[in-house]
Amino acid sequence: MRWESWSQFWDMGGYGLYVWGSMAVTALCMGLEVWLARQAQRQALALACTEAEEAS
Amino acid sequence: MAIRWFYYAAPQNFYALAGRLWPWLAALATALGVAGLWVGFALAPEDAQQGEGYRIIFVHVPVSWMSMVIYLAMAFWSILGLTFNTRLSGMMTRALAPSGAMFTFLSLWTGALWGKPMWGTWWVWDARLTSELILFFLYLGYIALTSAIDDVRRADRAGALIAIVGAINVPIIYFSVKWWNTLHQGASVSLTRSPSMAQLMLWGMLLMALSFWVYTLAIVTYRVRSLILERERHTAWVQALPEVSGAKK
Repeated sequence: MRWESWSQFWDMGGYGLYVWGSMAVTALCMGLEVWLARQAQRQALALACTEAEEAS
Repeated sequence: MAIRWFYYAAPQNFYALAGRLWPWLAALATALGVAGLWVGFALAPEDAQQGEGYRIIFVHVPVSWMSMVIYLAMAFWSILGLTFNTRLSGMMTRALAPSGAMFTFLSLWTGALWGKPMWGTWWVWDARLTSELILFFLYLGYIALTSAIDDVRRADRAGALIAIVGAINVPIIYFSVKWWNTLHQGASVSLTRSPSMAQLMLWGMLLMALSFWVYTLAIVTYRVRSLILERERHTAWVQALPEVSGAKK
């Protein structure tokens, strides 16, 4: 470990806003993408189920 | 090789394969990501010139690579689709597009966050940044065009043209730092010479790149299943799926 304290870690030598901003926006986008993909899968399944009910 | 390419080109068979694959890919991507962040943030030393600010590299370079790789993958599937007229190709291309757009957006955004402290500006119209912005518009154009045409097979073919023609932009992005005088720096890692980075920095970056690569495989195999379900929902095989027929009771 090369950090002496958490505050030093978050500060990133004065670049905290830029470094953590980059990490945060990446995590946010990936989280959103996973959430949207799950929604799409749920919708597609529901659609297929309705179709199956109508057919039977 | 005993891989039955044509067997898995059938949506029905690929649906089952993708269902078995994605959880493993997701787990692997997570493990690689944790390892990459650990190496990048706990072990790698600070940079001589940029101090701790350089650590943006651990997302910026991987997302930028993925933004280009995904577009090439879309062009690859489009060529297959137009040549063999397989149904799966169009669905693969469509499943890739949102991830590609997201990674391109992230590349531009994290690039701006890196440019501000190092260059003193969020944005500059140099060749690398401009060609990456064009890539973003190509993704958006693909998504807009394919969702505007109701007939999915026609939409796939129209989209395939954008994917193939637009692919010319990818080498332009990659070589822009060589061909033009850009503010953006040249490649730190290339196949032809040894990397100009400290070992631990390099490992952190490669682990993150691998993680994003596997993440993309996971989310695309996941997303293509929704597309297959949606398009094939009238077929007997979809209605016989346990998750579909089981829901009736």
